[in-house]
Amino acid sequence: MMNVFDLFKRRSSAPVARERLQVLLAYERRNRSQPDLVSILREEIMAVIAKHVQIDQDYLQVSMDRGETMSTLEIDIQIPNKSAVPMAIAG
Amino acid sequence: MGKVVVVTSGKGGVGKTTSTAALGAAVAKTGKKVALVDFDVGLRNLDLIMGAERRVVFDLVNVIQGTAKLSQALIRDKRVDTLFLLPASQTRDKDSLTEEGVGEVIDKLRSVFDYVFCDSPAGIERGAQLAMRFADEAVIVTNPEVSSVRDSDRIIGLLDARTMRAEQGEQIAKHVLVTRYDAGRAARGEMLSIDDVLEILSVPLLGIIPESQDVLRASNLGAPVTLSEPLNTAAKAYIDAARRLEGEDLPVVVPFERKGFLDRLLGRRAA
Repeated sequence: MMNVFDLFKRRSSAPVARERLQVLLAYERRNRSQPDLVSILREEIMAVIAKHVQIDQDYLQVSMDRGETMSTLEIDIQIPNKSAVPMAIAG
Repeated sequence: MGKVVVVTSGKGGVGKTTSTAALGAAVAKTGKKVALVDFDVGLRNLDLIMGAERRVVFDLVNVIQGTAKLSQALIRDKRVDTLFLLPASQTRDKDSLTEEGVGEVIDKLRSVFDYVFCDSPAGIERGAQLAMRFADEAVIVTNPEVSSVRDSDRIIGLLDARTMRAEQGEQIAKHVLVTRYDAGRAARGEMLSIDDVLEILSVPLLGIIPESQDVLRASNLGAPVTLSEPLNTAAKAYIDAARRLEGEDLPVVVPFERKGFLDRLLGRRAA
């Protein structure tokens, strides 16, 4: 059983590669197309959060709504409960 | 007015320099005037691949700084007399290149040559951005492997944002050249397939160069594979890619089908 499973796993590494790339590049392209200010803010906010809790990059959404006289910056951070505990104590 | 083609990839070691030499030589062999420009200042290698390493006197940096004329720095190939090389400097660093200087050199080359191939350094920084800056077209050299495809995607982003054409609101024509393709491994699902690469990058395919000992041998001998062994599989793939670059509508055959059939027929070992 194990051997058959291993063999199967080894043979199908290309689909895994494709899927990982698709997810990663979708994320990187989204970042690239954002205006510079938003990506800078995004990185810095991520760095601040990372000092205290470990979160996935997907859990942080930063977007800028540009209005005529004023723009709105929207920051949405999701912190899973389990990752907040150990690091918060350490920090 | 000649066409300026940047050969780029982001990642190092995927075959930019080999492909620049092979494509340039293939185009020059059809009678077109071709200049190959090495932008890898400090780590030049195109001279070595072209077998011209002992003929370099002046280089791109000399021309930009005015210490040599363009005509003095261009090295004519000994095998194809419409093929020229403008080497990079070995001793300076990449900051010796200025955008204005590169622009002037490219303009002059464009007025004399039918094709100007710019061999980009690896990376996405200044050197790579200068190599692509004045290009009309781009050949993105990619290996069917995750890190190479990811870096190609970054480079495509730069081509669409940082080139002169992009800034003027024009399109830069992009082509993917898949190199070091191993048909057997792709068939066994161990390597990204051509369809995977094209779907992910969504850039049209210029050609597929099979992994081949002949390419290494050509480099050892200092000759583009399209000149030294024009009949072998990799050289043919480069020659076809060069024809597509010149606008010919030539279907791309994925090596697996061709190799499997022909090799069985001729009892040859896979190249």
